[in-house]
Amino acid sequence: MLEIKNLHARVEGKEILKGLNLSIQAGEVHAIMGPNGSGKSTLAQVLCGREEYEVTAGTVTYAGKDLLEMDPEVRAREGIFLAFQYPVEIPGVGNTYFLRTALNAIRAHRGLEELDAMDFLELTREKMKLLKMDESLLRRSVNEGFSGGEKKRNEIFQMAVLDPKLAILDETDSGLDIDALRIVSDGVNSLRGKDRAVLVVTHYQRLLEYIVPDFVHVLAGGRIVRSGGKELALELEAKGYAWVDDLAAKTGAR
Amino acid sequence: MTTDTKQLETLAKSEYKWGFVSDLEADAAPPGLNEEIVRFISLKKNEPQWLLDWRLKAYRKWTTMEAPAWPNVHYPPIDYQASVYYSAPKPKKKLGSLDELDPEIKSTFDKLGISLDEQKMLAGVAVDAVIDSVSVATTFKTKLKELGIIFCSFSEAVKEHPDLVRKYLGSVVPYSDNYFATLNSAVFSDGSFCYIPEGVRCPMELSTYFRINAANTGQFERTLIVAEKGSYVSYLEGCTAPMRDENQLHAAVVELVAMEDAQIKYSTVQNWYPGDAEGRGGIYNFVTKRGKCAGARSKISWTQVETGSAITWKYPSVVLQGDYSVGEFYSVALTSKRQQADTGTKMIHIGKNTKSTIVSKGISAGRGQNSYRGLVKIAKSAENARNFSQCDSMLIGQQCGAHTFPYIEVANPTATVEHEASTSKVGEDQIFYCNQRGIDTENAVSMIVNGFCKEIFNELPMEFAVEAQKLLGISLEGSVG
Repeated sequence: MLEIKNLHARVEGKEILKGLNLSIQAGEVHAIMGPNGSGKSTLAQVLCGREEYEVTAGTVTYAGKDLLEMDPEVRAREGIFLAFQYPVEIPGVGNTYFLRTALNAIRAHRGLEELDAMDFLELTREKMKLLKMDESLLRRSVNEGFSGGEKKRNEIFQMAVLDPKLAILDETDSGLDIDALRIVSDGVNSLRGKDRAVLVVTHYQRLLEYIVPDFVHVLAGGRIVRSGGKELALELEAKGYAWVDDLAAKTGAR
Repeated sequence: MTTDTKQLETLAKSEYKWGFVSDLEADAAPPGLNEEIVRFISLKKNEPQWLLDWRLKAYRKWTTMEAPAWPNVHYPPIDYQASVYYSAPKPKKKLGSLDELDPEIKSTFDKLGISLDEQKMLAGVAVDAVIDSVSVATTFKTKLKELGIIFCSFSEAVKEHPDLVRKYLGSVVPYSDNYFATLNSAVFSDGSFCYIPEGVRCPMELSTYFRINAANTGQFERTLIVAEKGSYVSYLEGCTAPMRDENQLHAAVVELVAMEDAQIKYSTVQNWYPGDAEGRGGIYNFVTKRGKCAGARSKISWTQVETGSAITWKYPSVVLQGDYSVGEFYSVALTSKRQQADTGTKMIHIGKNTKSTIVSKGISAGRGQNSYRGLVKIAKSAENARNFSQCDSMLIGQQCGAHTFPYIEVANPTATVEHEASTSKVGEDQIFYCNQRGIDTENAVSMIVNGFCKEIFNELPMEFAVEAQKLLGISLEGSVG
């Protein structure tokens, strides 16, 4: 589904990704771990087409297409979803209106007809239940005045409604208490399926106790320095990120 | 600069969609301004002596005045002697019905989407259409007449209801008020007059479409609305103008008078030609609008959506004279290209327990400059007066500006005055967030801006709210590319 080869990217003139390779198949859950500044969030932003991140070398193929050629909104319509680390507030724009506009833009791209208000409402009710969200959140402006936990939950709720093929979670666990973490994780797990891939970007192993990955990659110095199964996360937790630095040094990533 | 920013920078470049010129036979005064011209206008309109005298007083006052230098707008000096102060389409004959309307005028209206036919009746809108200073068609008079409501052109009111006009003309905005209002008082051509008798609730939104038409003609409209005890009226004013190279001066005056328990709601959607991307052409919109809450418990609300004009200079104000009277000002002002706006309001609290609310939303895009200027004045007599002001500015792109000049004068210690202000940028973060959900940049900006203005749109009558949203969309189109 996603094939990243020798990806180099920089932001504000500084090279962050330095030859990253990653291959994700449908149905898989991958976790990317790494110390601060290793390029985790950069990878998420680059995959979604954020303008400030300049790709200087490498290729990204998504569902057989050149991902880097697509505008951000096209990537979204093609099924890439990013759960933001810091969801943005949009005052005066209703959550429902926003989400319905998004869903219909995606549906139009896929040749589906617009969902009318009633069908949309039904869909959102179902997904809200999944995330144990209060319906009043729907009537509020996008993320405005939401608590940190509510924002993160709203991201996963949007993801559930928009039904992506590749979901990228950027530090979704940060700012969540244990109960919220469990609810969010349940939400993500319920979306796991053979047609969908999930890429979890996280600093801590904690989230991976709830969203159990098929593969874990350690990112350091802009490259993946080690890949393995879910036990790699535990090893990393035990040995700490100093160990990663050693690995990075050995592989010449720094 | 990123692509998003570049797109935003070009957002203001959309073409003015309503720039067309209709070819009406103009009956115009020679260019220039002097006593003779003032007499000419008055004579053309068969005015009574008292009105001519009033005009002449204003003209003489005007010659002693200077254009205000304090607004935060910049333009070359206006040559008042180069302008034409009177231009009217020649009446071919008296109209018995709308079918007889000049086809040229009719098609102008059609292009603007104004229908003067049965549809308007179904929609409950009576239109007093003003083309180049003379009312061409007035509908619904009969129905309004049954209720005792007078809604007609200003010239007609001078003929038919001289006592009312004489009583209220200049009672809120005196002829000596300010440079542009004084100029208007001397040379005003036409406008609208509206009188709601005691206890009558006007059953429809009254609406006037002003339209500037002949090249190089300054427009000097005058509107006077009087709401007697316990009456209610909602008045809509909407404007578009054809494309011009020279700048056109527009100095209108609007006066509102609300008696005891009366309510006037005045809504404006202003979309005059803003000039091109280089700042050439465009209307100078220097308007004086003021309402007087003369009676106890009266209420005046101004709602405006200002998207047009090269320069906007206007402060719809309320004088809160009656005890427990209420003044409101809700405004959206958008400047893009090289537009400049210095707009806001004045709330003058005189009566006891008077209350005012100000909500202003300024949006700057392109190289637009947007200033909010507001005065809240609490007189010594205004026991327990309250004001709440909120001024929010939004910036789109890197080359625009937003400014806020709030003035507060309080002479009574029992007053409560609150002021809140914020400035935000349509952030690339917000746009990217929308993009990432599948929404393209143009729709994202429109959504963000409309969200920002939501409070104001909620104050507009339904059909106007829809038009206002469209206008914002049109005005911002180019900015997103």
